[in-house]
Amino acid sequence: MSVEHESFKPTIVAFCCNWCSYAGADLAGSGRMQYPANVKIIKVPCSCRVNPTFVLRAFQRGADGVIMCGCHPGDCHYSTGNYYTRRRMTMLFDFLDFLGIERGRTRVEWVSAAEGARFASVMNDFVKNVTELGPNRKITDLRTKPEHKEGE
Amino acid sequence: MQKVAEIAQKRAIQLLNQGVVNRVIGWKKGEFGYDETPAVFTTAAGIEDFRYDVFSAPNLSKYLIDESKKEGKILAFLKPCDTYSFNQLIKEHRVNRDNVYIIGIECGGMADINTIRNRGAAGVTDVADNGQTVIAHTLYGDVTFDKNEVLLEKCQACKGKKHVIFDELIVVNPQDDEPKNRFAGVEAIENMTPEERFAFWREQLSKCIRCNACRNVCPACSCLQCVFDNPRSGVASKASPDTFEEQLYHIIRAFHVAGRCTDCGECSRVCPQDIPLHLLNRKFIKDMNAFYGEYKAGEDSETRPPLVNFSKDDAEPSVISDKGGDK
Ligand code: SF4
Ligand code: SF4
Repeated sequence: MSVEHESFKPTIVAFCCNWCSYAGADLAGSGRMQYPANVKIIKVPCSCRVNPTFVLRAFQRGADGVIMCGCHPGDCHYSTGNYYTRRRMTMLFDFLDFLGIERGRTRVEWVSAAEGARFASVMNDFVKNVTELGPNRKITDLRTKPEHKEGE
Repeated sequence: MQKVAEIAQKRAIQLLNQGVVNRVIGWKKGEFGYDETPAVFTTAAGIEDFRYDVFSAPNLSKYLIDESKKEGKILAFLKPCDTYSFNQLIKEHRVNRDNVYIIGIECGGMADINTIRNRGAAGVTDVADNGQTVIAHTLYGDVTFDKNEVLLEKCQACKGKKHVIFDELIVVNPQDDEPKNRFAGVEAIENMTPEERFAFWREQLSKCIRCNACRNVCPACSCLQCVFDNPRSGVASKASPDTFEEQLYHIIRAFHVAGRCTDCGECSRVCPQDIPLHLLNRKFIKDMNAFYGEYKAGEDSETRPPLVNFSKDDAEPSVISDKGGDK
C-alpha cells in the first residue's frame, strides 16, 4: 500500500481565470518556477464562468483534486465575478465534503497576474495535500450499489 | 380538521358563486383513502369531492404556474409551508399573483402512510383524522395512532404554522408556531468521517431509479426546459441517457435549487425509494444560514437569494477547511 501510495500522482484540475491566475501561471512558467506536471490547467474567462457541473465533470473523469483560481476579491476583470465564485464554491465544496469528497481535495485561491511565485507554491502545496489524501473516491460510485466486502 | 375542510368547502362554493374566482384548486380523494390528489374544481357541485385531511400533503403551489396563466382567477388553498413556495415562485416571476386568490388553510401536520404501515397497520383501506389521533381503517379492524408519531418527515421538521402570503385565512385551532430544529439529520452526517459519509450516500443514492418524481414535484424545479430533459426521447420529462447526468443527478439538482428550495419536503415525500433528499437541501440551507446570514427562501417575495448575491466581506472559501474535524 505504502509503495503504491508513494508512486501515486494525483490528477489535479486547475480552473484559472484568463486575467489574473492564468497570467500568474504563465509568469510562473516563464520564471521557470517548478510546479507538478499533473496540474492540468483549464483557462476560463472568469472564475465565475465555472459552472459547478464543471467541477463535477472533472471528478467524474477521475480528478483527485480540483482547484479554482481567480483574481483577488475586488480585482475581478468583470468587477464582481469572483464574489459570486466565492459563495458558489464555498457552498459546492462543503457540499461535496458532505457527500464524502474531502474538503482537502477542493480549494479556491486568489492569484494575481503578478504572483507567479505564489501560483507555483499554491500548486505545490495543493498537490502535496491531495497526494497525502490518496486516490479519490469515485464520485460516480455514489450511484452504484456498494460491493459487499469479502467474507460478508 | 373535519371542521376546517367544511369551512373551506363552503367558502369555495361562495367564492365561485360570487364570481370572484372561476376555478378552485384543492385536493380530492385519490385511488385510496390515503392518497389525496390535487384537483381543479370548476363547479360548485364538483366541490363535493373536495377533501382536506391528514393526507392532503401535496403542495399546490407548483400547479399555479400554469393555472395562474389561464383566464380568470383561481382559488388556491395553501398550507403554511406551501405559501413559502408560492412566494418564491412570485420572486422568480413564475406565477401571476393577481390571478390567484389564496386561502391560507390551517395545517396540523400531515401523516405518512408508510409510517402507518410500518407500525403494523396492514391492509389499510381508509384513514380518519381525529385531530390528535389518526385512525387507520384496515381489513382487520381499526388501528389508532397518535398523530405526532406518524407525521411526514417534513412535518416533523415543520418550519412554523405561519402563512407568509394569503388573501384570507381559515384557521380554526391556532397552532404552536415554534419552528422545529431541522438540521439534526444534517449534523449527524457532518459528524461522520468522509468514508462514512460517502458510504451513507452511496447506500442511499444507489437506490434511485431515476423516476424524476422529486424533480417533477419540486416547486423550485420549474424551468421550462430542464437540464435533465431529453428532448429527443419524444416523451416529456423522460430521463436523459447521458451518464454524467445520470450519475450526478442528485448533486446537480440539489445545487440548482440551493438558495431557492423552501424546504417544503415534497421531494422526500414522493421519492418511491425513500431517499432522504431533504438532507441534501438542508445541508445547503444550513451552510447559507451560517455563512451568509439567516435566509428562508419564500419568506418574502423580494429579497435576493444568497447564491445570486454577494457581499464584499463574505467568508473566504477556506472557512470550510478551517471548520475543524477532518481535513
Ligand atoms: S428541493 Fe424538495 S424541499 Fe426543496 S422546494 Fe423542491 S421539493 Fe421542496
Ligand atoms: S424521486 Fe427518488 S427515485 Fe425518483 S428520481 Fe428522485 S431520488 Fe430518484
